[in-house]
Amino acid sequence: MQSFVQNFFNLEIYAAVLPYLLQGLWTTVWLSAIVIPLGAAAGLALALGLTQSAGRLVRGAIVVWVDFFRAFPPLVLLILIYFGGPFLGVELNKVSAVVLAFVLNNSSYFAEVFRAGLEGVDKGQMEASRSTGLTRAQALRHVVVPQAVRNVLPDLVGNGIEIVKLTSIASVVAIPELLRSARDAQSLVFNPSPVMLAALIYLALLWPLTRWLGRLEHRRARA
Amino acid sequence: MSGDSGFLFTFFNLAVAKQYWPAIGMGMLVTVGVGLAVVATGTALGLALAVLRSFGLRLLALPIVVFADVMRSLPPLVVMIVLYFGLPALGLPMSAFAVTWVALSLVLAAYAEESIWAGILAVPPGQLEAARSTGMGWWQGMRCVVLPQALRRAVPPLTNRIIATTKNTALGSVVALNEILNNAQGATSHAGNPTPLVMASVAYLIVFMPLVFASRGVERRWGRA
Repeated sequence: MQSFVQNFFNLEIYAAVLPYLLQGLWTTVWLSAIVIPLGAAAGLALALGLTQSAGRLVRGAIVVWVDFFRAFPPLVLLILIYFGGPFLGVELNKVSAVVLAFVLNNSSYFAEVFRAGLEGVDKGQMEASRSTGLTRAQALRHVVVPQAVRNVLPDLVGNGIEIVKLTSIASVVAIPELLRSARDAQSLVFNPSPVMLAALIYLALLWPLTRWLGRLEHRRARA
Repeated sequence: MSGDSGFLFTFFNLAVAKQYWPAIGMGMLVTVGVGLAVVATGTALGLALAVLRSFGLRLLALPIVVFADVMRSLPPLVVMIVLYFGLPALGLPMSAFAVTWVALSLVLAAYAEESIWAGILAVPPGQLEAARSTGMGWWQGMRCVVLPQALRRAVPPLTNRIIATTKNTALGSVVALNEILNNAQGATSHAGNPTPLVMASVAYLIVFMPLVFASRGVERRWGRA
């Protein structure tokens, strides 16, 4: 018990490393704030291409794109971009490599979610909007997409939470986000307490969101 | 970097590929092995927890809910690293394989429990009551009437989660599990050439593309019920 507390819940170490870990948390937050909107926008574009485009070729290419990145582990993608890029003569800085890998990966998940949402909107909505004189783009923007988003709101939130969790893999390329800060601290104090503290911070951040997601899903299940 | 031949030499170097394909192949075996182990224990544990939760005992349900919430809130890599560095400190050494297996199983179990529990909730209580009134025991009614319907609903979200979790076996490379990515990174730095990383990418696609296709089939068959 003594050594358990020493190694996991060492309050002295917690106090010493907390400021450093909070800096890491800030990096986690802004990284998420960049990649989630970018991924969602790319996903929406893919989903619109998939559901609104008449071209078979376009739709086929999007399906291949989505399936490809659903099958590709994000960590492998990140490492391929980060370590493979320089061999191509493309020296990406760490943050750009992470953002690129994340957006490629997320866009496919968001595309799947938006596709389900768009398919859930009745065709008559578009037809009715067109008949009132709206252009196709206007109808999408003001009528179809808002309903699609509402249809799949829980899935969008769930995706967002997954991405915040996924930012932890940026630690592998030495971006000082929450997990990386904790591991750096761990190697300084020779004690795994900082990693445990990081886990507690992740919990404090994400548990409320997970609960909220549960409520959203519950509400949809009853509707 | 001189045009096409430079590109081929760098990323599709046959000499390098020839030298390192056994390492990538062994990595594939490990990836598939860990993946299968995780799917088996993770879904079994998730199913067991969902059934325990349906007993309706608060004392039993509360720890299950907390477990599921915690495991769904923590990044899998964090779970893995806590186990990897934490357990030896407690005098419980664990191999990289065991750490990856246990960590991902716990994560998958949490999601599986939630999906199956949602499935159980979606079966009207009258079903179990009717089963009981025909003389079935609680367990019989659960097993033969409620669970088959609940699982049917749980299959589409569960297949997606299984793909996501088995892809996370790549995280095992962080704790030096000798799976595809780990072996490819070793080979890349050894050869000074990124061809093994390209081979690893192909290897992952060979392993996971069939899963993605299968999940599309599953969604079509079970999804819009």
